[in-house]
Amino acid sequence: MSKLNFLRPNIENLNTYLYSGIFLIFIAILDVSLHSFFNTNITSFLPNFISFLLPLILGTVGLHIIRIEFSGIKNLDLLNKNINTNTFNAVLTLLIIFAVIKSIPPFLSWFIIDATISGDTKEACTGTGACWTYIKIWLNRFIYGMYPNELQWRINLSFIALIALAFVGLIPSEKIKKFLTLYYVVIYPIIAFVLIYYLISGGAFGLEWVETGAWGGLSLTFIVSFFCLIFCFPVGMFLALGRRSDLPTVRYISVGFIEFWRGVPLITVLFMSSVMFPMFLPEDFFMDKLVRVIIAISLFEAAYVAEVIRGGLQALPRGQYDAAKSLGMGYWKMHIFVILPQALKLVIPGIANTFLALVKDTPLIFVVGLLEIVGMLNLAKTNPKWLGYAMEGYVFAAIIFWIICYAMSKYSYNLEIKYKTDR
Amino acid sequence: MSDPIIKIEAMNKWFGDFQVLKDIDLEVEKNKKIVVCGPSGSGKSTLIRCINRLEEHQKGTIIVDGTELTENTKNIEAIRAEVGMVFQQFNLFPHLSILDNCTLAPIWVKKMPKKQAEELAMKQLEQVQIVDQAQKFPGQLSGGQQQRCAIARALCMEPKIMLFDEPTSALDPEMIKEVLDAMVNLAKAGMTMIVVTHEMGFAKEVADEVIFMDEGMIVEKAETKEFFANPKSDRTKLFLSQIL
Repeated sequence: MSKLNFLRPNIENLNTYLYSGIFLIFIAILDVSLHSFFNTNITSFLPNFISFLLPLILGTVGLHIIRIEFSGIKNLDLLNKNINTNTFNAVLTLLIIFAVIKSIPPFLSWFIIDATISGDTKEACTGTGACWTYIKIWLNRFIYGMYPNELQWRINLSFIALIALAFVGLIPSEKIKKFLTLYYVVIYPIIAFVLIYYLISGGAFGLEWVETGAWGGLSLTFIVSFFCLIFCFPVGMFLALGRRSDLPTVRYISVGFIEFWRGVPLITVLFMSSVMFPMFLPEDFFMDKLVRVIIAISLFEAAYVAEVIRGGLQALPRGQYDAAKSLGMGYWKMHIFVILPQALKLVIPGIANTFLALVKDTPLIFVVGLLEIVGMLNLAKTNPKWLGYAMEGYVFAAIIFWIICYAMSKYSYNLEIKYKTDR
Repeated sequence: MSDPIIKIEAMNKWFGDFQVLKDIDLEVEKNKKIVVCGPSGSGKSTLIRCINRLEEHQKGTIIVDGTELTENTKNIEAIRAEVGMVFQQFNLFPHLSILDNCTLAPIWVKKMPKKQAEELAMKQLEQVQIVDQAQKFPGQLSGGQQQRCAIARALCMEPKIMLFDEPTSALDPEMIKEVLDAMVNLAKAGMTMIVVTHEMGFAKEVADEVIFMDEGMIVEKAETKEFFANPKSDRTKLFLSQIL
């Protein structure tokens, strides 16, 4: 046994160092936790300043003592290599741990412990926490907007039908598989349009007509995002091809189009689509506000999609074009069978990026008076009966958007793995 | 003498200001095998890329199988369908299996029924001895196997002429032989071939004629035996002394 030297811990007395180090760290974390959760200060007998800094000092000393290289204990080595490399990193690590411990109680108390969900009026919210009653009461509006309550089954039915139809691709039949691309690219969007046009909008088959101004909430978010995604992708693809075309006219039109839409803010585009655009139309020509908005967002995002896809096209080696041409393929066959399948695969992360941005841009349609989920929130928070609950509303919207976007990004990640090929 | 299947007259080509091909005259008869050699940058690859118009020439005429190469896209696609090409970098389509690589063009360009195209592809893959790899993807194959697949892919279009652009230059030495063997077999079967290569052994074995190019011009064009036994120009002699 060599002499214990706590300034220079070494491997010979490994266990002694390890246990004393862990003990110190434990004390430090315990102190912070007790203070955070039970508001008790076990070091209150010390002067204020020292009592405040004590956990940090103890923890730093503890981490210093266990900083032994090549200890042979896997987890310890991992710890030392990654977060305990020197005193500075040790202090940072401790500060982060303390910050997390400190922030848990207020967060929990606002979110759950002191929150209210019972009751039907503002008066039910007496606690200091969140007033989920507000969300509960307004949930219907947040999902369906101003759509009449007794007709909401039409929205439900459409969405359930569309979700069910989206799973057609899982039917393991050779006969169907051949038509899957056609189905998803052409037929499915048409079905979606028909459902939304006849079922949600109504006006035919004895269904009462509901004007698009009454649509809103989360369902409108979905409708706008869905159609914009579907339209902007092919438009963007053609623009990308056009920008690389040998024909000068096509190329200049594509460049002009892309640069125009990328150069203006979305909010102006939406404003123009609703205020300026109708002025240029003949008197008797009517185009619904929602349709105009969807076209505007689609064209706007198409410009971004085009540039992303162009990046993929440029990443392909020239040999792929040569090989396809040498086999007698024309422009379209070459692109459909050889170039685009490879290029699109390369740009899945970029496309996912653009699509996520698109979904998160949809709240901007409030400028033309369409209120999707965030728009409904803004409306609800100004309701005299429910003043003062903006926070709950925005947290709710954030959670909803996060779920949608996380699902999309997960899906894109899966696609990437599915279509991965070695070069 | 039959009519030449490829006829090039006074063909010139520029890349910007730089003239890559100068007054090329060349006639290739049916079933002949031509080897094109020369130092790098001499325009050999550009020459054969002009034959199926992967590169455009600016002056002169190129007539392939009775059709002149012009701006007319229909003609170009028709010619490309009957002129097969094998590249230095293989250029297989990495997102398609070996079999699909071979059947893609027959099905979509020649409108061949899928079943027939697959039978044809399997026959060609058997010729180059990679029929057991048909379901794999290009990335899973060795360079030599990929190049043989590229040969099979070109043959699936049942071309009248095959162009080879340095087919063995990107290969490991031990894989060169398997690719050359496939090419020798093809030559013996009577295919019209134009091969850009540095493999002089291959030239001696199968070529009817050898063309030596330098600085964008055809310096020497001779029967194979004559070319190697007694080259006329000094430039050719120098080249041969370095390469052999």
